[in-house]
Amino acid sequence: MTSKKKRIKDNLITYGIVIALYIVMEILLKTGNLSSHLKGLLVPMTYYAIIAVALNLCVGILGELSIGHCGFMCIGAFASAIFSKLTADTLPDGIRLFIAFIIGIAVAALFGFLIGIPVLRLKGDYLAIVTLAFGEIIKNVINAVYMGVDSKGVHFSLNNVMDLGMEPDGQVIINGAMGITGTPRTANFTIAIVVLLLSLFVVLNLMNSRDGRAIMAVRDNSIAAEASGINVTGYKMMAFTISAAIAGAAGVLFSHNITSLTATSQYFGYNASIMILVYVVLGGIGNIRGSVIAAAILYLLPEMLRGLNTYRMLIYSIVLIVMMLFNWAPAAIEWREKVVNRFVKRNA
Amino acid sequence: MSLLQVNNLSIAFGGLRAVDDFNLEIEKGELYGLIGPNGAGKTTVFNLLTGVYKPNEGIIRLDGEDITRKNTIEINHAGIARTFQNIRLFHQMSVIDNVKVGLTERFKYSGLEGVLHIGRYHSMEKAMDEEAMKLLKVFDLDMERDTLASNLPYGKQRKLEIARAMATSPKLLLLDEPAAGMNPNETAELMDTIALVRKEFDMTILLIEHDMKLVSGICEKLTVLNFGRVLKQGETKAVLSDLEVIAAYLGG
Repeated sequence: MTSKKKRIKDNLITYGIVIALYIVMEILLKTGNLSSHLKGLLVPMTYYAIIAVALNLCVGILGELSIGHCGFMCIGAFASAIFSKLTADTLPDGIRLFIAFIIGIAVAALFGFLIGIPVLRLKGDYLAIVTLAFGEIIKNVINAVYMGVDSKGVHFSLNNVMDLGMEPDGQVIINGAMGITGTPRTANFTIAIVVLLLSLFVVLNLMNSRDGRAIMAVRDNSIAAEASGINVTGYKMMAFTISAAIAGAAGVLFSHNITSLTATSQYFGYNASIMILVYVVLGGIGNIRGSVIAAAILYLLPEMLRGLNTYRMLIYSIVLIVMMLFNWAPAAIEWREKVVNRFVKRNA
Repeated sequence: MSLLQVNNLSIAFGGLRAVDDFNLEIEKGELYGLIGPNGAGKTTVFNLLTGVYKPNEGIIRLDGEDITRKNTIEINHAGIARTFQNIRLFHQMSVIDNVKVGLTERFKYSGLEGVLHIGRYHSMEKAMDEEAMKLLKVFDLDMERDTLASNLPYGKQRKLEIARAMATSPKLLLLDEPAAGMNPNETAELMDTIALVRKEFDMTILLIEHDMKLVSGICEKLTVLNFGRVLKQGETKAVLSDLEVIAAYLGG
Protein backbone atom coordinates (compact mmCIF):
# COMPACT_ATOMS: atom_id res chain seq x y z
CA MET A 1 0.00 0.00 0.00
CA THR A 2 2.61 2.53 -1.04
CA SER A 3 0.22 5.28 -2.09
CA LYS A 4 -1.52 5.15 1.28
CA LYS A 5 1.80 5.49 3.09
CA LYS A 6 2.75 8.40 0.85
CA ARG A 7 -0.55 10.10 1.58
CA ILE A 8 -0.08 9.72 5.33
CA LYS A 9 3.49 11.02 5.01
CA ASP A 10 2.27 14.00 2.96
CA ASN A 11 -0.31 14.86 5.60
CA LEU A 12 2.26 14.57 8.37
CA ILE A 13 4.56 16.96 6.48
CA THR A 14 1.67 19.47 6.29
CA TYR A 15 1.02 19.28 10.03
CA GLY A 16 4.79 19.40 10.60
CA ILE A 17 5.18 22.64 8.63
CA VAL A 18 2.46 24.30 10.72
CA ILE A 19 3.94 23.07 13.99
CA ALA A 20 7.47 24.11 12.94
CA LEU A 21 6.17 27.59 12.06
CA TYR A 22 4.52 27.76 15.47
CA ILE A 23 7.66 26.70 17.32
CA VAL A 24 9.88 29.18 15.45
CA MET A 25 7.46 32.02 16.12
CA GLU A 26 7.12 31.08 19.78
CA ILE A 27 10.90 30.99 20.23
CA LEU A 28 11.20 34.40 18.58
CA LEU A 29 8.42 35.68 20.84
CA LYS A 30 9.95 34.29 24.03
CA THR A 31 13.41 35.62 23.22
CA GLY A 32 11.96 39.01 22.39
CA ASN A 33 13.13 38.98 18.77
CA LEU A 34 9.72 39.73 17.35
CA SER A 35 8.68 43.34 16.86
CA SER A 36 5.31 44.27 18.34
CA HIS A 37 4.10 44.95 14.78
CA LEU A 38 4.92 41.41 13.70
CA LYS A 39 3.50 40.00 16.90
CA GLY A 40 0.15 41.49 15.98
CA LEU A 41 0.25 39.75 12.58
CA LEU A 42 0.54 36.19 13.87
CA VAL A 43 -3.16 35.56 14.58
CA PRO A 44 -4.39 37.22 11.35
CA MET A 45 -1.85 35.19 9.37
CA THR A 46 -3.25 32.01 10.92
CA TYR A 47 -6.91 32.82 10.32
CA TYR A 48 -6.16 33.72 6.72
CA ALA A 49 -4.47 30.33 6.38
CA ILE A 50 -7.61 28.73 7.84
CA ILE A 51 -9.99 30.49 5.45
CA ALA A 52 -7.64 29.66 2.56
CA VAL A 53 -7.97 25.98 3.52
CA ALA A 54 -11.75 26.42 3.65
CA LEU A 55 -11.86 28.08 0.25
CA ASN A 56 -9.59 25.42 -1.24
CA LEU A 57 -12.10 22.80 -0.11
CA CYS A 58 -14.72 24.68 -2.12
CA VAL A 59 -12.62 25.62 -5.16
CA GLY A 60 -10.07 22.83 -5.37
CA ILE A 61 -11.87 19.78 -4.00
CA LEU A 62 -15.49 20.55 -4.89
CA GLY A 63 -14.48 22.54 -7.98
CA GLU A 64 -16.93 25.41 -7.49
CA LEU A 65 -15.51 28.92 -7.60
CA SER A 66 -16.76 30.94 -4.63
CA ILE A 67 -15.74 34.57 -4.23
CA GLY A 68 -17.91 35.31 -1.24
CA HIS A 69 -16.16 33.29 1.41
CA CYS A 70 -15.39 36.35 3.52
CA GLY A 71 -19.17 36.55 4.03
CA PHE A 72 -19.07 33.27 5.97
CA MET A 73 -16.09 34.56 7.93
CA CYS A 74 -18.15 37.68 8.68
CA ILE A 75 -21.08 35.58 9.92
CA GLY A 76 -18.82 33.48 12.15
CA ALA A 77 -17.20 36.64 13.52
CA PHE A 78 -20.46 38.41 14.36
CA ALA A 79 -22.35 35.38 15.69
CA SER A 80 -19.55 34.53 18.08
CA ALA A 81 -18.90 38.16 19.06
CA ILE A 82 -22.57 38.63 20.02
CA PHE A 83 -22.34 35.61 22.26
CA SER A 84 -19.04 36.68 23.81
CA LYS A 85 -20.25 40.19 24.49
CA LEU A 86 -23.43 38.90 26.18
CA THR A 87 -21.53 36.52 28.40
CA ALA A 88 -18.44 38.68 28.95
CA ASP A 89 -19.06 38.95 32.70
CA THR A 90 -20.66 35.60 33.37
CA LEU A 91 -18.41 32.97 31.81
CA PRO A 92 -14.68 32.29 32.29
CA ASP A 93 -12.54 33.12 29.24
CA GLY A 94 -11.71 29.57 28.16
CA ILE A 95 -15.24 28.20 28.26
CA ARG A 96 -16.64 31.34 26.62
CA LEU A 97 -14.21 31.11 23.73
CA PHE A 98 -14.92 27.41 23.30
CA ILE A 99 -18.67 27.98 23.12
CA ALA A 100 -18.06 31.00 20.86
CA PHE A 101 -16.26 28.68 18.44
CA ILE A 102 -19.14 26.23 18.42
CA ILE A 103 -21.65 29.05 17.82
CA GLY A 104 -19.56 30.76 15.13
CA ILE A 105 -18.98 27.50 13.27
CA ALA A 106 -22.60 26.36 13.59
CA VAL A 107 -24.11 29.65 12.40
CA ALA A 108 -21.67 29.93 9.48
CA ALA A 109 -22.46 26.31 8.54
CA LEU A 110 -26.18 27.04 8.69
CA PHE A 111 -25.77 30.02 6.38
CA GLY A 112 -23.51 27.98 4.11
CA PHE A 113 -26.26 25.38 3.88
CA LEU A 114 -29.02 27.93 3.22
CA ILE A 115 -27.01 29.89 0.65
CA GLY A 116 -25.85 26.62 -0.90
CA ILE A 117 -29.42 25.61 -1.76
CA PRO A 118 -29.86 28.28 -4.49
CA VAL A 119 -26.17 28.84 -5.31
CA LEU A 120 -25.19 25.24 -6.02
CA ARG A 121 -27.86 24.95 -8.70
CA LEU A 122 -25.69 27.27 -10.76
CA LYS A 123 -22.49 26.49 -12.60
CA GLY A 124 -19.15 28.16 -13.28
CA ASP A 125 -19.19 31.94 -13.67
CA TYR A 126 -22.80 32.26 -12.55
CA LEU A 127 -22.05 30.50 -9.32
CA ALA A 128 -19.05 32.78 -8.70
CA ILE A 129 -21.11 35.92 -9.31
CA VAL A 130 -23.90 34.82 -6.98
CA THR A 131 -21.50 33.90 -4.17
CA LEU A 132 -19.94 37.32 -4.59
CA ALA A 133 -23.38 38.90 -4.27
CA PHE A 134 -24.20 36.90 -1.15
CA GLY A 135 -20.88 37.90 0.43
CA GLU A 136 -21.70 41.57 -0.15
CA ILE A 137 -25.29 41.15 1.07
CA ILE A 138 -24.12 39.62 4.33
CA LYS A 139 -21.66 42.44 4.94
CA ASN A 140 -24.15 45.20 4.07
CA VAL A 141 -27.00 43.73 6.12
CA ILE A 142 -24.77 43.47 9.18
CA ASN A 143 -23.70 47.06 8.62
CA ALA A 144 -27.31 48.21 8.70
CA VAL A 145 -28.53 46.23 11.71
CA TYR A 146 -28.92 47.60 15.22
CA MET A 147 -29.38 45.07 17.96
CA GLY A 148 -29.86 45.53 21.69
CA VAL A 149 -30.72 43.43 24.70
CA ASP A 150 -32.61 44.51 27.79
CA SER A 151 -34.72 42.88 30.48
CA LYS A 152 -37.56 42.42 28.00
CA GLY A 153 -35.50 40.54 25.46
CA VAL A 154 -33.77 41.18 22.15
CA HIS A 155 -34.56 44.24 20.02
CA PHE A 156 -33.73 44.78 16.34
CA SER A 157 -33.85 47.87 14.19
CA LEU A 158 -32.62 48.95 10.78
CA ASN A 159 -32.72 52.70 11.57
CA ASN A 160 -30.78 53.74 14.68
CA VAL A 161 -30.14 52.97 18.32
CA MET A 162 -33.05 55.07 19.58
CA ASP A 163 -35.39 53.05 17.42
CA LEU A 164 -34.59 49.95 19.46
CA GLY A 165 -36.84 51.35 22.21
CA MET A 166 -34.91 49.71 25.02
CA GLU A 167 -35.33 49.99 28.78
CA PRO A 168 -32.71 52.18 30.52
CA ASP A 169 -30.79 49.05 31.58
CA GLY A 170 -30.51 47.93 27.95
CA GLN A 171 -27.22 47.10 26.33
CA VAL A 172 -26.48 47.82 22.65
CA ILE A 173 -24.89 44.77 21.02
CA ILE A 174 -24.59 45.73 17.34
CA ASN A 175 -24.43 49.45 16.76
CA GLY A 176 -25.07 49.56 13.02
CA ALA A 177 -21.99 50.39 11.02
CA MET A 178 -20.06 50.87 14.28
CA GLY A 179 -20.35 47.13 14.79
CA ILE A 180 -19.68 45.38 18.06
CA THR A 181 -17.35 47.03 20.54
CA GLY A 182 -15.95 45.72 23.77
CA THR A 183 -15.73 42.03 22.99
CA PRO A 184 -13.16 40.28 25.15
CA ARG A 185 -9.86 39.66 23.32
CA THR A 186 -9.35 36.04 24.18
CA ALA A 187 -7.85 34.54 21.02
CA ASN A 188 -4.10 34.06 20.79
CA PHE A 189 -1.53 32.52 18.46
CA THR A 190 -1.57 29.12 20.19
CA ILE A 191 -5.35 28.81 19.92
CA ALA A 192 -5.23 29.98 16.30
CA ILE A 193 -2.64 27.33 15.43
CA VAL A 194 -4.72 24.62 17.12
CA VAL A 195 -7.76 25.68 15.06
CA LEU A 196 -5.63 25.65 11.89
CA LEU A 197 -4.40 22.14 12.69
CA LEU A 198 -7.97 20.97 13.34
CA SER A 199 -9.17 22.49 10.05
CA LEU A 200 -6.33 20.75 8.21
CA PHE A 201 -7.18 17.51 9.99
CA VAL A 202 -10.82 17.74 8.93
CA VAL A 203 -10.11 18.65 5.29
CA LEU A 204 -7.23 16.20 4.73
CA ASN A 205 -9.12 13.33 6.36
CA LEU A 206 -12.23 14.17 4.38
CA MET A 207 -10.24 14.02 1.14
CA ASN A 208 -9.15 10.46 1.97
CA SER A 209 -12.62 9.23 2.82
CA ARG A 210 -15.61 7.87 0.98
CA ASP A 211 -17.37 11.26 1.03
CA GLY A 212 -14.23 13.10 -0.12
CA ARG A 213 -13.83 10.82 -3.13
CA ALA A 214 -17.49 11.35 -4.00
CA ILE A 215 -16.99 15.14 -3.79
CA MET A 216 -13.95 14.96 -6.10
CA ALA A 217 -15.91 12.70 -8.47
CA VAL A 218 -18.59 15.38 -8.70
CA ARG A 219 -15.85 17.91 -9.49
CA ASP A 220 -14.27 15.78 -12.21
CA ASN A 221 -17.46 14.67 -13.96
CA SER A 222 -20.86 15.18 -12.41
CA ILE A 223 -22.69 13.21 -15.11
CA ALA A 224 -20.52 10.15 -14.56
CA ALA A 225 -20.80 10.61 -10.79
CA GLU A 226 -24.58 10.57 -11.03
CA ALA A 227 -24.47 7.47 -13.24
CA SER A 228 -22.28 5.84 -10.56
CA GLY A 229 -25.05 6.41 -8.01
CA ILE A 230 -23.43 9.44 -6.34
CA ASN A 231 -25.90 11.97 -4.92
CA VAL A 232 -24.37 14.99 -6.66
CA THR A 233 -26.46 17.70 -4.97
CA GLY A 234 -26.00 16.16 -1.54
CA TYR A 235 -22.23 16.01 -1.80
CA LYS A 236 -22.03 19.55 -3.18
CA MET A 237 -24.04 20.79 -0.20
CA MET A 238 -21.86 18.81 2.17
CA ALA A 239 -18.59 20.27 0.87
CA PHE A 240 -19.97 23.81 0.68
CA THR A 241 -21.34 23.63 4.24
CA ILE A 242 -18.10 22.27 5.70
CA SER A 243 -16.19 24.97 3.82
CA ALA A 244 -18.48 27.68 5.25
CA ALA A 245 -18.13 26.20 8.73
CA ILE A 246 -14.32 26.37 8.59
CA ALA A 247 -14.53 29.93 7.29
CA GLY A 248 -16.76 30.62 10.30
CA ALA A 249 -14.02 29.30 12.61
CA ALA A 250 -11.62 31.79 11.01
CA GLY A 251 -14.21 34.48 11.72
CA VAL A 252 -14.35 33.55 15.41
CA LEU A 253 -10.58 34.04 15.60
CA PHE A 254 -10.97 37.34 13.78
CA SER A 255 -13.56 38.76 16.18
CA HIS A 256 -11.78 37.54 19.31
CA ASN A 257 -8.49 39.07 18.26
CA ILE A 258 -9.82 42.66 18.21
CA THR A 259 -11.94 44.70 20.61
CA SER A 260 -14.02 46.50 18.03
CA LEU A 261 -15.60 44.48 15.24
CA THR A 262 -17.02 46.25 12.20
CA ALA A 263 -18.16 44.73 8.90
CA THR A 264 -15.84 46.82 6.73
CA SER A 265 -15.06 46.14 3.10
CA GLN A 266 -11.39 45.93 3.96
CA TYR A 267 -11.93 42.68 5.85
CA PHE A 268 -15.22 41.29 4.55
CA GLY A 269 -15.69 42.78 1.08
CA TYR A 270 -15.08 41.07 -2.23
CA ASN A 271 -11.53 42.40 -2.34
CA ALA A 272 -10.75 40.36 0.74
CA SER A 273 -12.46 37.31 -0.77
CA ILE A 274 -10.39 37.67 -3.93
CA MET A 275 -7.21 38.06 -1.89
CA ILE A 276 -7.97 34.68 -0.29
CA LEU A 277 -8.68 33.25 -3.73
CA VAL A 278 -5.19 34.47 -4.71
CA TYR A 279 -3.74 32.48 -1.79
CA VAL A 280 -5.59 29.39 -2.99
CA VAL A 281 -4.67 29.75 -6.67
CA LEU A 282 -1.00 30.50 -6.03
CA GLY A 283 -0.73 27.80 -3.39
CA GLY A 284 -2.17 25.36 -5.90
CA ILE A 285 -5.84 24.58 -6.47
CA GLY A 286 -6.61 21.40 -4.58
CA ASN A 287 -3.27 21.58 -2.75
CA ILE A 288 -4.19 22.17 0.89
CA ARG A 289 -0.63 22.51 2.12
CA GLY A 290 0.09 25.07 -0.60
CA SER A 291 -2.82 27.21 0.59
CA VAL A 292 -1.37 27.39 4.10
CA ILE A 293 2.11 28.31 2.87
CA ALA A 294 0.84 30.84 0.32
CA ALA A 295 -1.45 32.48 2.89
CA ALA A 296 1.41 32.81 5.39
CA ILE A 297 3.89 34.23 2.89
CA LEU A 298 1.50 36.49 1.00
CA TYR A 299 -0.09 37.85 4.17
CA LEU A 300 3.18 38.60 5.97
CA LEU A 301 5.12 39.89 2.96
CA PRO A 302 3.33 43.21 2.29
CA GLU A 303 3.22 43.90 6.00
CA MET A 304 6.93 43.27 6.45
CA LEU A 305 7.80 45.40 3.44
CA ARG A 306 6.04 48.46 4.85
CA GLY A 307 9.40 50.14 5.33
CA LEU A 308 9.96 50.16 1.56
CA ASN A 309 6.90 52.34 0.98
CA THR A 310 6.21 52.64 -2.74
CA TYR A 311 8.30 49.62 -3.73
CA ARG A 312 6.18 47.41 -1.51
CA MET A 313 3.49 46.54 -4.04
CA LEU A 314 6.10 46.13 -6.78
CA ILE A 315 7.90 43.46 -4.77
CA TYR A 316 4.58 41.89 -3.82
CA SER A 317 3.57 41.52 -7.46
CA ILE A 318 6.96 40.06 -8.39
CA VAL A 319 6.53 37.48 -5.62
CA LEU A 320 3.07 36.64 -6.97
CA ILE A 321 4.52 36.03 -10.43
CA VAL A 322 7.41 33.97 -9.09
CA MET A 323 5.05 31.82 -7.03
CA MET A 324 2.81 31.33 -10.02
CA LEU A 325 5.74 30.18 -12.15
CA PHE A 326 7.07 27.96 -9.37
CA ASN A 327 3.71 26.22 -9.00
CA TRP A 328 2.49 25.96 -12.56
CA ALA A 329 5.28 26.34 -15.16
CA PRO A 330 6.19 22.93 -16.63
CA ALA A 331 9.93 23.66 -16.38
CA ALA A 332 9.60 24.59 -12.71
CA ILE A 333 7.56 21.47 -11.96
CA GLU A 334 10.24 19.34 -13.65
CA TRP A 335 12.97 21.06 -11.65
CA ARG A 336 11.05 20.57 -8.40
CA GLU A 337 10.60 16.88 -9.09
CA LYS A 338 14.30 16.54 -9.83
CA VAL A 339 15.21 18.19 -6.53
CA VAL A 340 12.76 16.02 -4.62
CA ASN A 341 14.07 12.86 -6.29
CA ARG A 342 17.66 13.74 -5.46
CA PHE A 343 16.66 14.42 -1.88
CA VAL A 344 14.76 11.15 -1.59
CA LYS A 345 17.63 9.15 -3.09
CA ARG A 346 20.12 10.63 -0.66
CA ASN A 347 17.89 9.63 2.22
CA ALA A 348 17.32 6.12 0.94
CA MET B 1 -39.25 -13.33 -16.40
CA SER B 2 -36.87 -11.18 -18.39
CA LEU B 3 -34.32 -9.02 -16.59
CA LEU B 4 -35.15 -5.93 -18.60
CA GLN B 5 -38.59 -5.40 -20.03
CA VAL B 6 -39.40 -2.27 -22.00
CA ASN B 7 -42.93 -1.74 -23.30
CA ASN B 8 -44.20 0.90 -25.74
CA LEU B 9 -41.49 3.40 -24.81
CA SER B 10 -41.88 6.79 -26.54
CA ILE B 11 -40.35 10.21 -26.18
CA ALA B 12 -40.84 13.29 -28.32
CA PHE B 13 -38.68 16.41 -28.43
CA GLY B 14 -41.03 19.03 -29.79
CA GLY B 15 -42.46 17.49 -32.93
CA LEU B 16 -39.72 14.92 -33.33
CA ARG B 17 -40.55 11.45 -32.03
CA ALA B 18 -36.99 10.45 -31.16
CA VAL B 19 -38.07 7.07 -29.85
CA ASP B 20 -41.42 5.70 -30.88
CA ASP B 21 -43.16 2.62 -29.48
CA PHE B 22 -39.93 0.91 -28.51
CA ASN B 23 -40.08 -2.61 -27.10
CA LEU B 24 -37.22 -4.65 -25.73
CA GLU B 25 -36.80 -7.78 -23.66
CA ILE B 26 -33.46 -8.95 -22.37
CA GLU B 27 -33.04 -12.25 -20.53
CA LYS B 28 -30.57 -12.64 -17.73
CA GLY B 29 -27.07 -13.36 -18.99
CA GLU B 30 -27.71 -12.21 -22.56
CA LEU B 31 -25.42 -9.99 -24.59
CA TYR B 32 -27.74 -7.75 -26.54
CA GLY B 33 -26.87 -5.28 -29.27
CA LEU B 34 -28.68 -2.09 -30.22
CA ILE B 35 -27.74 -0.84 -33.69
CA GLY B 36 -28.98 1.63 -36.21
CA PRO B 37 -27.85 4.50 -38.41
CA ASN B 38 -26.74 7.82 -36.91
CA GLY B 39 -29.62 9.69 -35.30
CA ALA B 40 -31.79 6.59 -35.05
CA GLY B 41 -32.32 7.17 -31.33
CA LYS B 42 -29.94 4.62 -29.80
CA THR B 43 -28.38 6.92 -27.23
CA THR B 44 -31.83 8.36 -26.48
CA VAL B 45 -32.91 4.85 -25.52
CA PHE B 46 -29.92 4.63 -23.17
CA ASN B 47 -30.78 7.99 -21.67
CA LEU B 48 -34.37 6.83 -21.14
CA LEU B 49 -33.19 3.60 -19.50
CA THR B 50 -30.89 5.52 -17.13
CA GLY B 51 -33.35 8.25 -16.19
CA VAL B 52 -31.61 11.13 -17.97
CA TYR B 53 -34.84 11.64 -19.96
CA LYS B 54 -38.32 10.79 -18.74
CA PRO B 55 -40.44 9.01 -21.37
CA ASN B 56 -43.78 10.40 -22.55
CA GLU B 57 -45.20 6.91 -22.64
CA GLY B 58 -44.20 3.38 -21.80
CA ILE B 59 -42.91 1.31 -18.95
CA ILE B 60 -39.39 0.14 -18.09
CA ARG B 61 -39.09 -2.82 -15.73
CA LEU B 62 -35.84 -4.10 -14.29
CA ASP B 63 -36.16 -7.50 -12.65
CA GLY B 64 -39.90 -6.90 -12.31
CA GLU B 65 -39.43 -3.51 -10.61
CA ASP B 66 -40.92 -0.46 -12.36
CA ILE B 67 -38.08 2.05 -12.78
CA THR B 68 -39.74 4.30 -15.38
CA ARG B 69 -40.05 7.41 -13.21
CA LYS B 70 -36.85 7.02 -11.20
CA ASN B 71 -33.92 9.42 -11.52
CA THR B 72 -30.39 8.51 -12.60
CA ILE B 73 -29.12 7.90 -9.08
CA GLU B 74 -32.06 5.69 -8.09
CA ILE B 75 -31.77 3.72 -11.32
CA ASN B 76 -28.11 3.08 -10.60
CA HIS B 77 -29.05 1.86 -7.14
CA ALA B 78 -31.76 -0.32 -8.71
CA GLY B 79 -29.04 -2.04 -10.75
CA ILE B 80 -28.26 -0.38 -14.10
CA ALA B 81 -24.71 0.85 -14.69
CA ARG B 82 -23.46 2.48 -17.88
CA THR B 83 -20.46 3.77 -19.77
CA PHE B 84 -20.47 6.76 -22.10
CA GLN B 85 -19.83 7.25 -25.79
CA ASN B 86 -17.18 9.87 -24.99
CA ILE B 87 -15.32 8.39 -22.03
CA ARG B 88 -16.23 10.07 -18.76
CA LEU B 89 -13.70 9.27 -16.05
CA PHE B 90 -12.82 11.15 -12.88
CA HIS B 91 -9.65 12.28 -14.63
CA GLN B 92 -7.87 13.97 -11.73
CA MET B 93 -8.27 10.92 -9.52
CA SER B 94 -6.18 7.75 -9.43
CA VAL B 95 -7.32 4.55 -11.13
CA ILE B 96 -8.18 2.86 -7.84
CA ASP B 97 -10.06 5.92 -6.57
CA ASN B 98 -12.18 5.91 -9.74
CA VAL B 99 -13.26 2.37 -8.92
CA LYS B 100 -13.73 3.23 -5.24
CA VAL B 101 -16.17 5.98 -6.23
CA GLY B 102 -18.21 3.23 -7.85
CA LEU B 103 -18.07 1.33 -4.55
CA THR B 104 -19.35 4.34 -2.56
CA GLU B 105 -22.88 3.07 -2.13
CA ARG B 106 -21.86 -0.48 -1.29
CA PHE B 107 -19.41 0.21 1.54
CA LYS B 108 -20.94 2.72 3.88
CA TYR B 109 -19.70 4.56 6.92
CA SER B 110 -20.82 7.89 8.31
CA GLY B 111 -19.32 11.24 7.36
CA LEU B 112 -18.10 11.75 10.93
CA GLU B 113 -16.24 8.43 10.87
CA GLY B 114 -14.72 9.52 7.56
CA VAL B 115 -13.56 12.92 8.83
CA LEU B 116 -12.14 11.62 12.10
CA HIS B 117 -10.86 8.31 10.65
CA ILE B 118 -12.52 6.36 13.47
CA GLY B 119 -15.01 3.53 13.83
CA ARG B 120 -15.77 1.63 10.66
CA TYR B 121 -13.45 3.85 8.57
CA HIS B 122 -10.38 1.62 8.58
CA SER B 123 -12.15 -1.72 8.15
CA MET B 124 -14.41 -0.35 5.39
CA GLU B 125 -11.55 1.34 3.53
CA LYS B 126 -9.59 -1.90 3.66
CA ALA B 127 -12.56 -3.82 2.31
CA MET B 128 -13.00 -1.22 -0.45
CA ASP B 129 -9.31 -1.45 -1.38
CA GLU B 130 -9.54 -5.23 -1.61
CA GLU B 131 -12.73 -5.15 -3.68
CA ALA B 132 -11.32 -2.44 -5.98
CA MET B 133 -8.08 -4.39 -6.49
CA LYS B 134 -10.06 -7.52 -7.31
CA LEU B 135 -11.88 -5.58 -10.04
CA LEU B 136 -8.71 -3.94 -11.34
CA LYS B 137 -7.05 -7.37 -11.59
CA VAL B 138 -9.92 -8.66 -13.72
CA PHE B 139 -9.46 -5.72 -16.09
CA ASP B 140 -5.68 -6.02 -15.96
CA LEU B 141 -5.34 -2.52 -14.50
CA ASP B 142 -3.85 -3.50 -11.14
CA MET B 143 -0.36 -2.32 -12.11
CA GLU B 144 -1.74 1.18 -12.78
CA ARG B 145 -3.65 1.51 -9.53
CA ASP B 146 -2.02 4.82 -8.55
CA THR B 147 -1.85 6.33 -12.06
CA LEU B 148 -4.04 9.34 -12.72
CA ALA B 149 -7.00 8.28 -14.85
CA SER B 150 -6.21 10.98 -17.43
CA ASN B 151 -2.73 9.49 -17.97
CA LEU B 152 -4.03 6.09 -19.07
CA PRO B 153 -3.97 5.16 -22.77
CA TYR B 154 -7.35 5.21 -24.51
CA GLY B 155 -8.04 1.50 -24.43
CA LYS B 156 -7.31 1.30 -20.72
CA GLN B 157 -9.50 4.32 -20.02
CA ARG B 158 -12.39 2.42 -21.58
CA LYS B 159 -11.56 -0.60 -19.45
CA LEU B 160 -11.47 1.56 -16.34
CA GLU B 161 -14.84 3.02 -17.19
CA ILE B 162 -16.28 -0.50 -17.44
CA ALA B 163 -14.53 -1.46 -14.18
CA ARG B 164 -16.06 1.55 -12.44
CA ALA B 165 -19.51 0.63 -13.74
CA MET B 166 -19.01 -2.94 -12.50
CA ALA B 167 -18.03 -1.61 -9.07
CA THR B 168 -21.63 -0.53 -8.47
CA SER B 169 -22.51 -4.24 -8.82
CA PRO B 170 -25.21 -3.81 -11.44
CA LYS B 171 -27.70 -6.34 -12.76
CA LEU B 172 -27.49 -4.83 -16.23
CA LEU B 173 -24.53 -3.13 -17.88
CA LEU B 174 -25.10 -0.60 -20.68
CA LEU B 175 -22.16 0.13 -23.01
CA ASP B 176 -22.57 3.14 -25.30
CA GLU B 177 -20.33 2.61 -28.34
CA PRO B 178 -17.47 1.04 -26.41
CA ALA B 179 -15.35 0.62 -29.54
CA ALA B 180 -15.72 4.23 -30.72
CA GLY B 181 -12.34 5.70 -31.61
CA MET B 182 -10.49 2.41 -31.18
CA ASN B 183 -8.06 0.81 -33.60
CA PRO B 184 -8.60 -2.87 -34.63
CA ASN B 185 -6.19 -4.12 -31.96
CA GLU B 186 -7.93 -2.19 -29.22
CA THR B 187 -11.31 -3.37 -30.50
CA ALA B 188 -10.17 -6.97 -30.37
CA GLU B 189 -8.96 -6.48 -26.82
CA LEU B 190 -12.27 -4.85 -25.93
CA MET B 191 -14.14 -7.88 -27.23
CA ASP B 192 -12.05 -10.04 -24.92
CA THR B 193 -12.80 -7.68 -22.02
CA ILE B 194 -16.56 -7.85 -22.66
CA ALA B 195 -16.41 -11.64 -22.89
CA LEU B 196 -14.45 -11.65 -19.64
CA VAL B 197 -17.04 -9.48 -17.88
CA ARG B 198 -19.76 -11.92 -18.88
CA LYS B 199 -17.78 -14.90 -17.68
CA GLU B 200 -16.48 -13.42 -14.41
CA PHE B 201 -19.60 -11.59 -13.28
CA ASP B 202 -22.32 -13.49 -15.15
CA MET B 203 -23.39 -10.09 -16.42
CA THR B 204 -26.24 -9.12 -18.69
CA ILE B 205 -25.05 -6.53 -21.22
CA LEU B 206 -26.80 -4.19 -23.62
CA LEU B 207 -24.50 -2.36 -26.01
CA ILE B 208 -24.76 0.24 -28.75
CA GLU B 209 -22.19 -0.24 -31.47
CA HIS B 210 -21.35 0.75 -35.00
CA ASP B 211 -18.48 -1.66 -35.44
CA MET B 212 -20.14 -4.55 -37.28
CA LYS B 213 -17.24 -6.90 -36.60
CA LEU B 214 -17.76 -6.43 -32.89
CA VAL B 215 -21.54 -6.69 -33.12
CA SER B 216 -21.59 -9.85 -35.20
CA GLY B 217 -18.70 -11.27 -33.17
CA ILE B 218 -20.20 -11.11 -29.70
CA CYS B 219 -23.87 -10.12 -29.68
CA GLU B 220 -26.42 -12.91 -29.42
CA LYS B 221 -29.46 -10.81 -30.19
CA LEU B 222 -29.96 -7.51 -31.93
CA THR B 223 -32.48 -4.73 -32.16
CA VAL B 224 -32.20 -2.43 -35.16
CA LEU B 225 -33.52 1.09 -34.75
CA ASN B 226 -34.36 3.38 -37.63
CA PHE B 227 -35.92 6.84 -37.23
CA GLY B 228 -36.81 6.03 -33.63
CA ARG B 229 -38.72 2.87 -34.48
CA VAL B 230 -37.77 -0.77 -34.17
CA LEU B 231 -36.96 -2.08 -37.63
CA LYS B 232 -36.05 -5.64 -36.74
CA GLN B 233 -35.47 -7.68 -33.62
CA GLY B 234 -34.04 -11.15 -33.12
CA GLU B 235 -31.02 -13.43 -33.40
CA THR B 236 -27.93 -11.63 -34.68
CA LYS B 237 -27.46 -13.75 -37.79
CA ALA B 238 -31.07 -13.51 -38.90
CA VAL B 239 -31.23 -9.77 -38.30
CA LEU B 240 -28.01 -8.97 -40.13
CA SER B 241 -29.09 -10.93 -43.19
CA ASP B 242 -32.50 -9.26 -43.30
CA LEU B 243 -32.89 -7.29 -46.51
CA GLU B 244 -34.72 -4.38 -44.91
CA VAL B 245 -31.92 -3.96 -42.36
CA ILE B 246 -29.27 -4.12 -45.02
CA ALA B 247 -31.07 -1.46 -47.03
CA ALA B 248 -31.56 0.88 -44.08
CA TYR B 249 -28.25 0.52 -42.39
CA LEU B 250 -25.58 -1.52 -43.97
CA GLY B 251 -25.93 0.10 -47.35
CA GLY B 252 -26.87 -2.66 -49.74
